[in-house]
Amino acid sequence: MPLTLGLSFLLAIMESVYVMTGKTVYKDMVRFWGKLFGINFALGVATGITMEFQFGTNWAYYSHYVGDIFGTPLAIEGLMAFFLESTFIGLFFFGWDRLSKVQHLVVTWLVALGSNLSALWILIANGWMQNPVGTVFNPETMRMEMTSFSELLFNPVAQVKFVHTVSAGYVTGAVFVLAISAWYLLKGRDLSFARRSFAIAAAFGLASTLSVITLGDESGYELGDVQKVKLAAIEAMWETEPAPAAFTVFGFPNDETMTTEREFQIPYLLGLIATRSVDTPVLGLKELMAQNETRIRRGMDTYAALEQWRAGVRDDATRAKLLETRNDLGYALLLKKYTPRVVDASEAQIKQAARDTIPRVAPLFWGFRLMVAFGMWMLLLFALSFYYCARRQAGRKRWLLWAAVFSLPLPWLSSELGWFVAEYGRQPWTVSGMLPTHLSASTLSVGQVTFSMSGFVLLYSALLIVELFLMIKYARLGPSSLGTGRYHFENGSSLAPAAPHTAATLL
Amino acid sequence: MAEFFAFLLSYETLRVIWWLFIGILLIGFAITDGFDLGVGTLLPFLGRNDEERRVIINVVGPTWEGNQVWFILGGGAVFAAWPPVYATAFSGFFIALILTLFAMILRPVGFDYRSKLPDPRWRNFWDWGLFVGGAVPALVFGVAFGNLLRGVPFHFDADLRAYYTGGFFGLLNPFGLLAGVVSLSMLVMHGAVYLQLRTEGEIQQRARQMVALAVKVFVGAFALAGLWLLIGVDGYRLDSFAGVAAPSNPLAKTVVRDGGAWLAQYGQHPWMLLAPLAGFGGAALVWLFSQRQQPGRGFIASSLVLAGVILTAGFSLFPFIMPSSSDPNSSLMVWDATSSHLTLKWMFGVTVVFLPIVLAYTTWVFSKLRGTVTVAQVRAADKVMY
Repeated sequence: MPLTLGLSFLLAIMESVYVMTGKTVYKDMVRFWGKLFGINFALGVATGITMEFQFGTNWAYYSHYVGDIFGTPLAIEGLMAFFLESTFIGLFFFGWDRLSKVQHLVVTWLVALGSNLSALWILIANGWMQNPVGTVFNPETMRMEMTSFSELLFNPVAQVKFVHTVSAGYVTGAVFVLAISAWYLLKGRDLSFARRSFAIAAAFGLASTLSVITLGDESGYELGDVQKVKLAAIEAMWETEPAPAAFTVFGFPNDETMTTEREFQIPYLLGLIATRSVDTPVLGLKELMAQNETRIRRGMDTYAALEQWRAGVRDDATRAKLLETRNDLGYALLLKKYTPRVVDASEAQIKQAARDTIPRVAPLFWGFRLMVAFGMWMLLLFALSFYYCARRQAGRKRWLLWAAVFSLPLPWLSSELGWFVAEYGRQPWTVSGMLPTHLSASTLSVGQVTFSMSGFVLLYSALLIVELFLMIKYARLGPSSLGTGRYHFENGSSLAPAAPHTAATLL
Repeated sequence: MAEFFAFLLSYETLRVIWWLFIGILLIGFAITDGFDLGVGTLLPFLGRNDEERRVIINVVGPTWEGNQVWFILGGGAVFAAWPPVYATAFSGFFIALILTLFAMILRPVGFDYRSKLPDPRWRNFWDWGLFVGGAVPALVFGVAFGNLLRGVPFHFDADLRAYYTGGFFGLLNPFGLLAGVVSLSMLVMHGAVYLQLRTEGEIQQRARQMVALAVKVFVGAFALAGLWLLIGVDGYRLDSFAGVAAPSNPLAKTVVRDGGAWLAQYGQHPWMLLAPLAGFGGAALVWLFSQRQQPGRGFIASSLVLAGVILTAGFSLFPFIMPSSSDPNSSLMVWDATSSHLTLKWMFGVTVVFLPIVLAYTTWVFSKLRGTVTVAQVRAADKVMY
């Protein structure tokens, strides 16, 4: 998925160069990288089918409870973006002889536009789970209902997430092209093809990496209650410090004692990054936990009022109580894990539920730092690649080429780490402050879940192996796989079209 | 004008419009992705060697991805417009839906990966993968509709959490399976007539014979299902409810089981009989046009059949979407299983703008890719085609 985002854009750029310069090598680039794009896209579609239905199959209560607002961006994604991408992808592959040059270029851009719009709507949906705006609890229907479409659309968390995630997708595409081109350069084959691909990837990658880092998620941390917890957990900030807070570069967070051992700090830095001021304090986990405890207690009153409402007591006092404190209802639902009736929770259960609102710190602390380290490494890689490309020396710097080859897995690793930090950092919630994860699931038997889980694991693992096999096979074959007769493994038959499978058997 | 918009955008009108939109999406899915599923089902039988099979795959290869979005969007639209249906149906039909998804996952990889390696065993494996990816969904969709007509065992608790109490094998009852045969045969018919349109020579002749067979099976199964509905399946009737514009709470009504309820609609609104008539009449036209070697017209007639059958199911059930057999009062219907008024309004606006755009560019793409696919083309573009 991240590869599709970035590669579709790179293909559109390459094809634009082809249409402007008329040089065949750029067309071959579009077609070869497009072939690898296709191998990846097939698996993306395969996993995407499941996503659209998985909320219903496995997260039925979630679907009922927030479907009124959450379903909207998903449906719009299908209508506005996925249709666009999927309808034109066929013409991209099979329309070369049926379209004019410019028509085909438009088709390629539409595919790229479709995949980016798709990411936009998915991240609006996901951003809403992080910072649920534009919605309110309706006791008549027992669910959250939309109050403002524009708040959903212009949710600041969704905006920064979109920019950050899409740029990360561009980086993935760029590293992919950079690494494989570097390998051709190291092997000394298809040099003019590889050099051009390397240069485009270096320039595009440098711009994208800068965008990932500077437009990164950080500005989103200020918003929303749960995001504050996430920020404090990522930074292992247990106590609220006098502003501006120090930034912990390194240390060992301990969840039991709620302290960080052997920490190495830079004074003032966190306060500056997180609040962009010198006098606003960054709240520590202990204080946030105390705030959440208060909200749990308030939520218990809301829940009591809701029970009365459902029992038919619909007087003004009950209604007022319900409307006034309904934003704390989600906090009361945390108690369902310990007592189904909620209102009879003991003091210890309330404390425990408040403790639950703080996720484990060490995985977030380390996950975030590792992601940032990878990001910095890729920035360095692209900066050097771009520098040497500009000086026309990139092909001779073998250490740089090897570094590019070995960096191939990094964008995927950092994307996964980023998703981990975003999603695990939101626990125990599926929707921040609104719906706890343990209540969101369907009423399924263990057998059903085991069956589907093992099925998906088996199927996806098998398909991933097949995908990697084909990807490696075609990447090694290089542009010779196009059968144009112009490339390394096709020597000798430079004009006649290659006989079927000749190239394949040469490997 | 203002009055018209007030009527158009009222909660009850939007609820009916969304029932119609979901119907249109289902019909769009059946017409476009339906022939892909039919072609996938026929692939191992109508293609007798590797090149013939590649011809068949490439008939649908460039467009199947866009077509499948009708299915994905169907899921998304049900989520946005009918959240309780999305939650209850998909978690209730859990195993059936998971199996369908497993089958459908084989399609993207089947199309794209099959011809990337020359090994005949590899290619044969994916041909059967595409068969499974076509036949299983085509069957399961019918089985699901058959079970909707019978009523599905589920109920809600006070938090509106859904509990499904039937197993997977409960879905495989005789009427459900018959409905599965209806949908499988109509999609096979649709796929075969599309192949007749887009191929030449022997494959085209085989496709033509297949159309004739599929039409017979479909007409028989559809007639039998109608008869069964008349005498053997209990319908459900709305007894009292909170009103057509009331908040969506499925527990605020009473429903009774009623033997003749499903067909009573057609007595009250005889124009609805056009739907089953389109099913039978369309099938006869498909047969006629196919025999006369006019597959283009045959395809239009076949599309009419699909629309007729889906509307027949929808009309029979209306206003129900998913009746509950174990606790009829928990049934989900058009008046109490929708999103809020605001959500329906926004989704209406988005659909009115974007659906015509989608239809416009889909038409353009199909017009660019028209014409027949032949063995000679596949040979010449060995490295480019699927």
